[in-house]
Amino acid sequence: MTETAIEFRSVVKRYGTATAVAGIDLAIAKGELVTFLGPSGCGKTTSLRLIAGLELPSEGRVFIAGRDVSRDPASARNVGMVFQSYALFPHISVLDNVAYGPVIRGTPKAQAQARAREILEQVGLGGLEARLPAELSGGQQQRVAVARAIVQQPDVILFDEPLSNVDAKLRRKVREEIRSLQRRFGLTAVYVTHDQEEALAVSDRIVVMDKGRIVQVGAPADLYERPATPFIANFIGDANLIAGQVVQGHFTAPGLSLALSGPDGAATVSVRPERIALRAGGDAQVTSVSYLGSRMEYGLDTPAGEILVSRPITEPRFAAGDRVSLHFDPAALIRVA
Amino acid sequence: MSGIFSGRVGLAWPGLFGIGVLALPWYKGGAFTASALVEGLAGRVWLLPLVLTAAGLMALALIARDWRIQGVTPALVGAALVWLLLQGFGIGLRGPALPGIAVLFPQAAAGQPGFGLGAWAAGLALIGALAEVLAARGFCRGERFPAFAIVGIVAALSLFVFFPILRLMSAAFVAPDGTLSTIPFLNRITAADLWSLGCVTGAGRCGVVVNSLVLGILSAAIATGLGLGLALLVARTDFRLKRLLRALAILPVITPPFVVGVAIIVLFGRTGFVTVEVAEWFGVRPGRWVYGLPGILIAQVLAFAPVTFLVILSGLEAINPTLEEASTTLGARPVTTFRTVTWPLLRPALAAAFLLAFIESLSDFGNPMVLGGSYDVLSTKIFFAVVGAQYDLGQAATLSLLLLALTVGAFWVQARWLGRASYVTVSGKSDAGLVAPAPPLIKWAAMAAVLPFVILTVGVYAIVLAGGFVKDIARQDLTPTFGHLWTAFSVEVGERGVQLFGSAWDSMITTLWVSALSAPLTMAIGILTAWLIARQDFAGKRAFEFGTLLSFAIPGTVVGVSYIAAFNVPPIDITGTMWILVICFVFRNMPVGMRAGIAALAQIDRSMEEASQTMGAGGGRVLRDVVLPLIRPAMFTALVYSFVTAMTAVSAVIFLVSARHNMATAYIMGRVENGEYALAIAYSTVLMLVMIACVAGMNWVVGKRRLGRRSGLALPAE
Repeated sequence: MTETAIEFRSVVKRYGTATAVAGIDLAIAKGELVTFLGPSGCGKTTSLRLIAGLELPSEGRVFIAGRDVSRDPASARNVGMVFQSYALFPHISVLDNVAYGPVIRGTPKAQAQARAREILEQVGLGGLEARLPAELSGGQQQRVAVARAIVQQPDVILFDEPLSNVDAKLRRKVREEIRSLQRRFGLTAVYVTHDQEEALAVSDRIVVMDKGRIVQVGAPADLYERPATPFIANFIGDANLIAGQVVQGHFTAPGLSLALSGPDGAATVSVRPERIALRAGGDAQVTSVSYLGSRMEYGLDTPAGEILVSRPITEPRFAAGDRVSLHFDPAALIRVA
Repeated sequence: MSGIFSGRVGLAWPGLFGIGVLALPWYKGGAFTASALVEGLAGRVWLLPLVLTAAGLMALALIARDWRIQGVTPALVGAALVWLLLQGFGIGLRGPALPGIAVLFPQAAAGQPGFGLGAWAAGLALIGALAEVLAARGFCRGERFPAFAIVGIVAALSLFVFFPILRLMSAAFVAPDGTLSTIPFLNRITAADLWSLGCVTGAGRCGVVVNSLVLGILSAAIATGLGLGLALLVARTDFRLKRLLRALAILPVITPPFVVGVAIIVLFGRTGFVTVEVAEWFGVRPGRWVYGLPGILIAQVLAFAPVTFLVILSGLEAINPTLEEASTTLGARPVTTFRTVTWPLLRPALAAAFLLAFIESLSDFGNPMVLGGSYDVLSTKIFFAVVGAQYDLGQAATLSLLLLALTVGAFWVQARWLGRASYVTVSGKSDAGLVAPAPPLIKWAAMAAVLPFVILTVGVYAIVLAGGFVKDIARQDLTPTFGHLWTAFSVEVGERGVQLFGSAWDSMITTLWVSALSAPLTMAIGILTAWLIARQDFAGKRAFEFGTLLSFAIPGTVVGVSYIAAFNVPPIDITGTMWILVICFVFRNMPVGMRAGIAALAQIDRSMEEASQTMGAGGGRVLRDVVLPLIRPAMFTALVYSFVTAMTAVSAVIFLVSARHNMATAYIMGRVENGEYALAIAYSTVLMLVMIACVAGMNWVVGKRRLGRRSGLALPAE
């Protein structure tokens, strides 16, 4: 049984008549990196700010390290936060930025600065202490923001879309840095993003949110391979959603009949594009072809509707107008409704 | 840990309340031992409930773990606050002011003096305790500092803005014999000399309200037109003298009132320079046409055109040039583009400029005073109702309410209607387009309008510069002299050091003191309010915001009369002191600091403050460490503006000065009334020089401090 670092109990947050968070329950274990993922307006950032204390819940309670902090302002909690814009103080040096928290909390200045130097060294910014934030590159600023957030050994470190201001090329590198720092310091981390690929890459667990509610919680592979709802299937990766009927262990849709256990009745299944094989000749027609470098993507017109298929570049290729047949891997069929 | 800490700080308020009722003189001018307890036992029994609640609060604070969250605390604090005000206002200097009190407290017939040190301390303590109680119940997300700031500012605004206005309203309903009734108000408000249209129908003169409105509309229209011309020239042409125009825009801000009026008389009066020349060249008989509407109009347009210019200029610069480029690429000619794109986008700025000038014109006191002749407007009529031979506060209050209704109405229109119609085209992304030059036709029209304005401005300021240093400028005796300056500012170095003999020294020194005291206070309250509005969410925020801005729409004359109505009598009798001058300036000029602060805060990423909070900083610390260093330019603007305004304002001050505390502008007005134009001009010149020197000095100090900070940062680099 692992220790719980953060817990939401029936938390609701309203702004006037609008409800941003519509009642969530969640426990985050110590040392875990959990990502809040969802479309804009789903309540993921509000949930993060509820942990930080930048918002207080309208209903329900928030616990950090076993303590009820529902009424505590941000300044009374021990959290570190990395902001989307980094929010480095432009008028003081990098060193003073990192030493700011310890000084506020009463550490003598010299000691705070020594600690800040140490952390800056560890994130690879040794020698840049005297610079102003504006004199650093974007990636360096990001590391200062992380150093500033972890210098006080917070109960939790919060990342609010930390990669949105990083060049597309650098994102993979920065994301790996964040992950390795989090592991190295054994930090509990909560990460907010709307980018599903980023979420899959960094998380221990992903919390998918929609319209202020949690839709599904699970490890990246769980969510991708066993989405619980059509929304999740569509939101994480690409998915073909096929509507049909389940009758005695078989899923049938126009032109399709595949083995699928489960109760009889109307059903929607999700199939990932890369789990469908194509052979020449059949009742489906290729309507669009996209060459993506690492793979081919085909848009198909089939009796069951439009289907997206993704195939390795090494396979024989088809052209628009070709007739093909579809071959499903039975294990790839996930019933989502 | 922090809980115990904050609880201990919170103990200060019950303590201060206790000191206020037990250890300090309760009444103004009371003996040091005459505390509320002593006075209460000696017969003023209505003070005893306050002593009892103070004792209760102190006991609670000592016994309970946290007095702020006890169920009984809000009731105690609220009751004490209500009782403090009720007894203060209920029992005046000469006995009960509210019916029923005499029955409750027969002893009250002897009356009581105004609030003294103890009462002020008790009031302050109760306001602090109220903020503590609210913060402990989740107000302002539980942050104590913003809670204090809000409660404090609301209390101050209520006391120094809204309470005087309420007093003014009640004064308007007081009959000459002192009884309250609606009849005198109805009589005053329907009087013919307010609403008469005689000048139109040919049956005598027009009413004061009609005069004020005609003046306001004409003045605002002309000033807006000129402002538009100036803005187009500066923003949309290659006009060479742009910098000169921008410099001219600063002049009215630092020009003391009256001096422009005097210069206009010197130019266009019956023996004025221009009049005499024109009479010689064209054989026109010199007349007194300048006294009345034409003269006031000239003076007001000179003063307001620079203001409208700045408003319209910022509107013009906010238009995204790509919109005009889009119009051009769609085939529109420059004039068509201007008519169909630029002009509609500019309309909100034009309306804002017009309303601003309209409010300023109605509030203007100095120019109608000097140039009005028999053309009465509301502000001068109010002044003579209070200061003239018939002291009639009821009449002044009624006229003030009318004036207030007009300016607040204009302000409301501006807030409501322009709030909806603003086409903000500024986005986070940079505007790629190039600014289109104004079409030649429009450029020449603007030039033609602006040229007379520039010539007139130069002429007026030439008079202002020269007038103090020649023998008698009004009679065109141009012999150079320092005589006037000497009359005002003579010094003698004798055995007892430097002695100031000049007649103007007293008012000059008071003015400097009041300005120096009020400027930092104004800036602090303005910036704090801006921060609360821009960054805090709390119940009643919109009303708070509207209330603070509203104080800007109250004309100075109205403020003056309302302060007399409110603060001439206990419990808060502070007329005749220097403090009433300082307070008056703080609350009149605060909205400017507030606007500058809100504009500056809008440019600052809010997450920097949140970062500071997550690292453990409370509200006050965030303000000090992060916000203030980043909005220093706005603070400087607020400081300079409030300093300069305090030195040049006249309309409210004229009611509040006393023999002991006279201000420069009031002194200058006295000289103008006596026809000592040269002395008035000389003093004004000195005042302007002092202002420029002070602003330069502030600039130097602030600039220096900024540099010092940066070099301090560079030190740990090694």
